[in-house]
Amino acid sequence: MAAIQFLNVGKRYSEGHDALIGVDFTLESGEMAFLTGHSGAGKSTLLKLIMLMERASRGHVLVGDEDLGALPRRLVSWHRRRIGVVLQNHQLLFDRSVFANVVMPLEIAGYAPEDAARRVRAALDKVGLLNREKHNPITLSSGEQQRVGIARAIVHKPQVLLADEPTGNLDPELSEGVMRLFEQFNRIGTTVLIASHDLSLIHRMRKRTLVLKNGRLVSGV
Amino acid sequence: MSKHDMNQGSTTPRRGAQRHHISFKSKSHGWLRHNRVVALDALRRMFLTPVATLMTLAVLAVSLALPGFLMTAVNNIQQFSEGFDANPRIALYLKTSVSDARAEQFSLELMLNPALSGVELIDREKGLQEFSSYSEFANLLELFDTNPLPAVVLALPLDHSPHMLQALQSELLALPEVEEAQLDLEWIQRLNAYVVLAERFSWVLSALLGLAVLLVVGNTLRMLLESRRDEILVAKLVGATDAWVRRPFLYSGFWYGLIGSLFAIVMVSFAIHLIDQPVTELMSLYASRFELEGLGFKGGFTLMVVGATLGLLGGFLSTGHHLREIEPDDR
Repeated sequence: MAAIQFLNVGKRYSEGHDALIGVDFTLESGEMAFLTGHSGAGKSTLLKLIMLMERASRGHVLVGDEDLGALPRRLVSWHRRRIGVVLQNHQLLFDRSVFANVVMPLEIAGYAPEDAARRVRAALDKVGLLNREKHNPITLSSGEQQRVGIARAIVHKPQVLLADEPTGNLDPELSEGVMRLFEQFNRIGTTVLIASHDLSLIHRMRKRTLVLKNGRLVSGV
Repeated sequence: MSKHDMNQGSTTPRRGAQRHHISFKSKSHGWLRHNRVVALDALRRMFLTPVATLMTLAVLAVSLALPGFLMTAVNNIQQFSEGFDANPRIALYLKTSVSDARAEQFSLELMLNPALSGVELIDREKGLQEFSSYSEFANLLELFDTNPLPAVVLALPLDHSPHMLQALQSELLALPEVEEAQLDLEWIQRLNAYVVLAERFSWVLSALLGLAVLLVVGNTLRMLLESRRDEILVAKLVGATDAWVRRPFLYSGFWYGLIGSLFAIVMVSFAIHLIDQPVTELMSLYASRFELEGLGFKGGFTLMVVGATLGLLGGFLSTGHHLREIEPDDR
């Protein structure tokens, strides 16, 4: 069964710039893949379409058999709860603790506090930050901050995990650690799609790699 | 708690809300809990910036207190005017040349007039007694050798319509014994007209100040919204609904309105306390047992409901459009 499916997807921004042209691919449920290409090739746009941060101008984007083009605005929030997302600028909130950052998706989904706390600790444990739950994320290193972001992305056990340049500002050793983390989540059944331009790292991971060039998918289909 | 597990990794296609294995009961509990948490958090946030909050509350309180005070005043004047006998009377001041016996005879004749329901004679002696017991000018009477007051006949007309009253007034004035015929209703009618005018005026003012409350709350909340922009973005990114994101601001609006109206009630009560004594003194001149009424439970409650509603409405109006514009975008 397909977790993510792009059928002849095009995205044209209002200025007339084509970010994606005729993109066709299928990511099976439980698969892990990389998305690469030069900057401006459309990696972020492709992820945004999956998150419904943007809508496709042409074609169909399906997530778990749901055609996102037909999804009404009021169901966008429900759709986003199925997906975990890690962004390069990890978007942590510095006015609250690590714990409070990670618990947000569970609060929004309406989990009972005790249940949520248990899940947050499990997620922090997985990324190796259990002893940091009371810290403010601003006191953590950038590698640790990135891992808090990952914990927040996986705390509600999403079907799909997306990452946009998750190792963008990390040194090679930390980057490798983060990638292994994604691999672990993939092993327990989560579909993972990672946008990255770190080619050497991608080669070492030996996963399927989708390559975008000027908005077209040129390899990995 | 396995029922909370998301349907992660499942291969069976599911659609819509089925995918969330959170029961309705647990969801509604979650909703109530979230409301409680958000309500308290909104209150707590107000205390984080005490000076700014107090300023806003002061503006809201003044905007709410003014209509509250005006309404109370109008209410009191209405009460006051109702305390008077609304039945019109025509006071006939007889010529001083008319003797006491003739005055008596005159009042008896008037009783036969079919347009009148009753007649009361206040003879010169009785008039003198009343004047000296009610008036502060009693000692003026000592300056006179003889009783300077005329006899007065109070005539109660049957027909209360204005033009009939006026016709009767001129008819009675034409009688040879009558020096002057005064329609007693005039001032009370005038007062009533003034009360209606004051009431209208206070409604218009209330509407304008209500608008001010909306704008103040709206502006305050827009600033609050801007300061929590990052949080809103993250919340939307991890699947918060518009309602979820909006809720804290609605509660903030509610609290501003409610607490502002409590301040307003204190202000109105204080203002009423300030004017209570002069009003009582004034009323004693009119020999009235009138007592100044405050906002009362009903007035206070109304003010609170209005304040809280306006606050909530301000929250709705200020966040509605703006919140939709804040959408996650990682660039």
